[in-house]
Amino acid sequence: MTLLDTVLFLPLAGFFLLLIVPKDNPNASRMGALAISIAVFAASLGLIAPYWFAAPAGWHFETNVPWIAFPPIRYHVALDGLSLWLVLLSTLLTPIAVLVSWKHIDRRVKEYYALLILLEFGLIGVFVSLDLFLFYVFWEVSLVPMYFLIGIWGHERRIYAAVKFFLYTMAGSVLMLAAIIYLYNKSGSFDYSEILAQIQSGRLAFDGRAQTLLFLAFFGAFAIKVPLFPFHTWLPDAHVEAPTAGSVMLASVMLKMGAYGLMRYCLPLFPDASRNSAPWVAALAIVGIVYGALVALVQPNMKKLVAYSSVSHLGFVVLGIFSFNQQGFDGAVYQMLNHGVSTGALFMLVGYMYERRHSLEIAAYGGVATPAPNLAAVFLITTLASIGLPMLNNFVGEYLVLQGAAQANFTWVVFAALGVILSACYMLWLYQRAFYGKAAEPVSRSMFDLTPREWAAILPLLALMLWMGAFTQSFLPPISAQNAQILQQTRMPAAKVARFLDRNDAR
Amino acid sequence: MPANFLPTSAEYLRVLPEIILAVVGTLILLLEAALPDSRKGIFAPLSLAGLLAALAGALAAYGDPGPAFQNMIVVDGFATFFRVLVIGVALLAVLSSSGYLRREGSVGGEFYALLLWSTAGQSIMASAEELIMIFIGLEISSIASYVLAGYLRDDRRNNESALKYFLLGSFATAFLLYGIAWIYGVAGTTNLVEIRRALLNANEPLAFVSTAAALMFVGFAFKISAAPFQSWAPDVYQGAPAPVAAFLTVGPKGAAFAILLRVFFTAFGPIASLWAPLLWAVSLATMTVGNFAAILQSDIKRLLGYSSIAHAGYVLVAVTAHSGAGSAAAMFYLAAYAFTNIGAFAVVTYFSRKGERYTRVDDFAGLAQRQPAMAAMLTIFLLSLIGVPLTGGFFGKFYIFKAALDANLIWLTVLGLLNSAVAAYYYLRILVVMYFREPGESVEHLPPAGPALKAAVYASALGTLILGIFPGWVLDFASKAALH
Repeated sequence: MTLLDTVLFLPLAGFFLLLIVPKDNPNASRMGALAISIAVFAASLGLIAPYWFAAPAGWHFETNVPWIAFPPIRYHVALDGLSLWLVLLSTLLTPIAVLVSWKHIDRRVKEYYALLILLEFGLIGVFVSLDLFLFYVFWEVSLVPMYFLIGIWGHERRIYAAVKFFLYTMAGSVLMLAAIIYLYNKSGSFDYSEILAQIQSGRLAFDGRAQTLLFLAFFGAFAIKVPLFPFHTWLPDAHVEAPTAGSVMLASVMLKMGAYGLMRYCLPLFPDASRNSAPWVAALAIVGIVYGALVALVQPNMKKLVAYSSVSHLGFVVLGIFSFNQQGFDGAVYQMLNHGVSTGALFMLVGYMYERRHSLEIAAYGGVATPAPNLAAVFLITTLASIGLPMLNNFVGEYLVLQGAAQANFTWVVFAALGVILSACYMLWLYQRAFYGKAAEPVSRSMFDLTPREWAAILPLLALMLWMGAFTQSFLPPISAQNAQILQQTRMPAAKVARFLDRNDAR
Repeated sequence: MPANFLPTSAEYLRVLPEIILAVVGTLILLLEAALPDSRKGIFAPLSLAGLLAALAGALAAYGDPGPAFQNMIVVDGFATFFRVLVIGVALLAVLSSSGYLRREGSVGGEFYALLLWSTAGQSIMASAEELIMIFIGLEISSIASYVLAGYLRDDRRNNESALKYFLLGSFATAFLLYGIAWIYGVAGTTNLVEIRRALLNANEPLAFVSTAAALMFVGFAFKISAAPFQSWAPDVYQGAPAPVAAFLTVGPKGAAFAILLRVFFTAFGPIASLWAPLLWAVSLATMTVGNFAAILQSDIKRLLGYSSIAHAGYVLVAVTAHSGAGSAAAMFYLAAYAFTNIGAFAVVTYFSRKGERYTRVDDFAGLAQRQPAMAAMLTIFLLSLIGVPLTGGFFGKFYIFKAALDANLIWLTVLGLLNSAVAAYYYLRILVVMYFREPGESVEHLPPAGPALKAAVYASALGTLILGIFPGWVLDFASKAALH
């Protein structure tokens, strides 16, 4: 039993623990959830150990035991530079989500926290699974608690949003399941490393059409989750209708499942099809960047604005991935984390404002800076981080993505950079409308400043924005090392090169 | 009379479960006449004891597998799997109906007697290796089922359901019998293995053979509610008493799948290239019709009725694959579906209350707040019906589509999986109502569930989860027992 197993199963144990907490004692549920999630986070810090002095690629904390004898499905989990920070992001944001919900959630409290902790289990599982089947299981399992979180504790149109969220993800993932089974039938294994080794060595090869279809089956599931334009339409609904913590977990961690899937599965398993589709995917990513930003610009609803800004930011991530170079990959992964930190913070702040004024309409605010200066300051820092101000986290990610994209195709950058400019427009305009000006009576009456609990929830994210912006080297080396390996895997397989050379030699 | 015409004691042992079921059923009917009304509470425990004894009998029979009664019956892994399945289904059905009968004021021995006889018929179907035996088993099971569907004889819906079931079921049986006559005319035998041997010799007129296969398939298709012969199913399941509907969707249907597999894999295996394309189309049509019609339903029994059509379509995908893996997948799926559907219907039985007043989907509003445990159990069943991992339904679908891909049925797999995504919509609707809507009039004065029904629900949920987390336990047996 490695530390990673502990980090993975602690939330599951916590889930069962929270189920037996008496229903009429909501505070016990709250304290329990907080204690469990903090314990998980503390334990997960230990996962950094192998990366402390070095940046080794490859697997750590590996566990590989059989789960089902036939077909051979294994409980195979491990951690690498790609998943390391995503796991930590999940474990960090869960206690924050608990804190954020403290007052906001006042009915069916016990179920709420139990589901939140179950969600953490699913999310960590997705990032550490190395068996395709296990991965699929976690992928689906993470869907269920989020469905309930949105559907029970959301806003007015919550039911529509929850069902749409479930059906979109389900429709995407059933085809991925078909592809996983097909891969198993060809390779005789569900094990990621095994299948990858077979593909790399050329023992398992698909003709162009089969590889394209397999790629599309995986890509479809991930593109919906990212979400990539034009598969994004579930996202604004889900984000707007979800309770604050739901939006935070959805934006900060769940969307990363899609981008992670692209890097972990799509690219290394189907390198040729991935490279061939790069221009198309990049085009969709750029459309998403610009479209998301333009739509965000005209939103009267704060949460919807932040949701569309997510579409735009995730476009950068996909663009970086499909640039197929080191900077693009590094930028994409860094941007995943940045988006998790800064957009998570934005959703929290919007949630704080909603709890005070009970409105998400920008027009209902104005002049908030006067009654709540601390809230305004925190919001400003988060805004600046989100639009990519140097020394703050998003700048690093966006810069790397754009650099990578420029190496791949310079025209991409011209359009993608538009997104950076537009993000400044919509975020600053939002800030101006909500926080500056004279505070109307209902605003000054209702908008009190940050409470200690709210500070406690947001401070870690603020610190990360600065830390990740200024000391990139604390985070980037494990990512880079792993990305170099993934990049290597997406090159032409060595065996194929050898065969190609043989043929030429024979001539 | 030659000596080998006299059955040996080993042969009697091989039909032990059927003997036990028939005897206990008859005993209950006799006691019904002899006992005063106040003592009728013993029928349920007595049936349970009988079923447990039959279960033990089925396992004991498997200790010495082999043919019996001039190869009319065969005890092999396949037969044992389905025997255990139908007896297990009957056990859960008894548990979930005892409270129901008391509630409807209609406790009577004949209910349990019919249930046991129907199970005996299904058990014969599971182990028959000969067409006349199959026919007899099917008739025993069906006729008892027709009566069960109309058990509450003062209830109009029950009567309509029983009549419809009887008329269409009789049609189906006629088709089957006609098909049997044709194949007997062609092959000169009703034994499945000998039919296979005759077909392998390949000098039989193919037109006659395929006519026989087609006629028999029509008969089976009625029984498993495959499109285009599915129209009776929703009406019957909606009209029948809820615990009976639960029993009908898994017991007789499971046994019908057993004989479908037996006949088409064993007897008609040599002409698989003729029937496989037909099954391809039928399975796709069945899934699609079931799922799209279920979306429109507002009554939960009717919804589950259409859903049972869709699930028959998934199992047909496995039959279409025509392989050992396909047969094993179908068996696993039927087991998972049995737990899931009996469990779901048991919650419906509990919730509908006297006269089945509350069976609309909307009536379930707020169940999660009044009876969280029951709502959680129904959630497990619904997730299993959707096919979410860690439930039996998921592994069932997984094995079925894996077998289909093995057999290179790529489009059928893709369309089937998309179908299961469509299905998520209507199952989610129930979850939505249960968890997301505020409680209404229908959950006021909701009494807690009785102990027997609770036992049925928890046992079903446990079975669903065990099949979802340790599927190997059942799949290993199914794989060894599968027909090729």
